[in-house]
Amino acid sequence: MSDAPYLSLEKLTLAYGDTVAVANLDLPIRKGELVALLGPSGCGKTTTMRAIAGLLPVKSGHVRLDGADITRVPANKRAVGLVFQSYALFPHLSVYENVAFGLKLKGMRGTGLDAKVRSGLTSVGLSSFANRKPAELSGGQQQRVALARSMVMEPKVLLLDEPLSNLDARLRLEMRTELQRVQKETGVTMIFVTHDQAEALALADRIVVMKNGKIEQIGSPEDIYNRPTSSFVADFVGFENIFPIEQGKMKTSSGLIDLSGPAPSAAGLAWRPRMVTLGSGPFRGTVRGTSFAGDSREYLLDTPFGPIKAEVEASQPAHALGSDLSFDLPAEKAAPLSRFA
Amino acid sequence: MSARSLFIPLTLFLVLGFLIGPFLIIVAASFSGGETLAFPPQGFSLRWILKVFTVESFRASFGMSMFLAIGGTAAALMLGIPASYALSRYKLPGAEIVRTVVSAPIIVPGIIVGLALLRYIVVPFQVGITPALFLAHTALVLPYAVRVVSASLDNLRSDIEEAAVLLGSSRLGAFFRVVMPNIRGGILSAFILGFVTSFNQVPVSLFLSGPGVRTLPIDMIAYMEIVFDPSVAALSSLLAFLSIGIVFAAERFLGFSRYV
Ligand SMILES: Nc1ncnc2c1ncn2[C@@H]1O[C@H](COP(=O)(O)OP(=O)(O)OP(=O)(O)O)[C@@H](O)[C@H]1O
Ligand SMILES: [Mg+2]
Repeated sequence: MSDAPYLSLEKLTLAYGDTVAVANLDLPIRKGELVALLGPSGCGKTTTMRAIAGLLPVKSGHVRLDGADITRVPANKRAVGLVFQSYALFPHLSVYENVAFGLKLKGMRGTGLDAKVRSGLTSVGLSSFANRKPAELSGGQQQRVALARSMVMEPKVLLLDEPLSNLDARLRLEMRTELQRVQKETGVTMIFVTHDQAEALALADRIVVMKNGKIEQIGSPEDIYNRPTSSFVADFVGFENIFPIEQGKMKTSSGLIDLSGPAPSAAGLAWRPRMVTLGSGPFRGTVRGTSFAGDSREYLLDTPFGPIKAEVEASQPAHALGSDLSFDLPAEKAAPLSRFA
Repeated sequence: MSARSLFIPLTLFLVLGFLIGPFLIIVAASFSGGETLAFPPQGFSLRWILKVFTVESFRASFGMSMFLAIGGTAAALMLGIPASYALSRYKLPGAEIVRTVVSAPIIVPGIIVGLALLRYIVVPFQVGITPALFLAHTALVLPYAVRVVSASLDNLRSDIEEAAVLLGSSRLGAFFRVVMPNIRGGILSAFILGFVTSFNQVPVSLFLSGPGVRTLPIDMIAYMEIVFDPSVAALSSLLAFLSIGIVFAAERFLGFSRYV
């Protein structure tokens, strides 16, 4: 894996008419990397993918791939594969013909073509379905045909738009492993879109969190999960207690509050419910809600500075609704946020 | 059975009788042995059926009608398919207006279309009879082509075209490789509907026919004005069976009724 970017988006701005959907996006991606685009609905994930594929004209900026500027290269000459969320299989063609479609356009014929199609189908476990029509397949099988159809083209980059969102939980997990295996085996550079942070954390080498057409944070799954740099990312990955910091103090609905430990220099601090110390500490709160989640128990506390969510092991004695508890938000455990939106 | 439960089958029977009755009378009349068009038929013979094939002008006008029905419908499809595609795939300003204008010949009575074509196009521009008929039939069939083809395009997702492009096809190639095969049923249905509409068309052709150039229905009217024998009934029966055969085959093989 070399360090020079293989695919890079440079100051990319994308718009539908006058509405800008993606603004000034910079994203370098290394060869063989598996990148997840994560973000809420409407943040511009699909838009970005379509621009990389060449289906959406670029308003300004550049797309570079493998050393060439492909910003103005038409979609059919880019060697970029896209697996659509809807699969977009050709309904009139059999599974075999679907997979053969692009290879035939490349001029492949005869045994070479046949071998390639068969091996593509085998690699997604569908060799016995070659003669079926897409309508005769389950969602997961259609998904795999779509994957095989793109993979046999040996694209330089494979884009997947929410590849797993239409599948049930079990298939989702199966396809997740499948994707990872295909990616490791072929070493193809892959970008996939997802809403689901767990999926991004499980699959990706690197995660790009987007918000309103901009990149909010780029990092390894560990970075994103443990060290979010903005309140938005923190919230997205499950930090439920997030407060801005002013003059080294926590800003709450009831004024500035001193934290235990040295005064933090960040713009904000975020704690996962698990990071809240319950039963000891300088603050007090009343239990307003409690829920049992198997090996842990969650409490919603009413505190002078707003609601706080805390999570403790289920083996600890339970606190009743209405009980008054002391707690602490330890500053040294919190994720320091450099941006608070 | 109560009066209520009799009511529905009875109504159904009456409606069917009303629709099919005249047709049965014509069929019966065409096997008549008599000299004039009459019902009930006098005796039974095939002579009028056979005579149809010997009338010179019927052959010429049948050829003309076939030419208009096949050529006009083909022309309408060649205009209608791209038009439907543009209407369904691009959010064009004024698309609804285009849709309405294109559909106008279905709504406006044929007499008016015929008169308008004659008065404002054929006469001022000195269009020949055959080209005029061809233009008129194309225009008449166009709305059916657009409606039926649009219906099948609307049922086809558009992302498969993008998928085809990403697999190396050009935009135009994608249209022929993945759009056309998937709307083939709609196109064939539009063709059959257009063919039958054109073939049975009377009012517009009435205005535009001229010396020596007539469509079959117009020729049949002219024939009846001179000779009142059962051969017109015989010809009508033949045509009706031809239409029924075509629609039946279309329904059997294409599921025609899904599109119209
Ligand atoms: N065809 C379009 N015309 C106009 N605006 C569009 C179009 N497609 C998307 N947008 C807008 O662009 C923005 C980004 O949309 P995009 O589809 O990229 O979001 P997304 O991140 O993929 O969301 P989702 O997770 O819901 O798929 C949204 O505000 C959306 O409303
Ligand atoms: Mg999307």
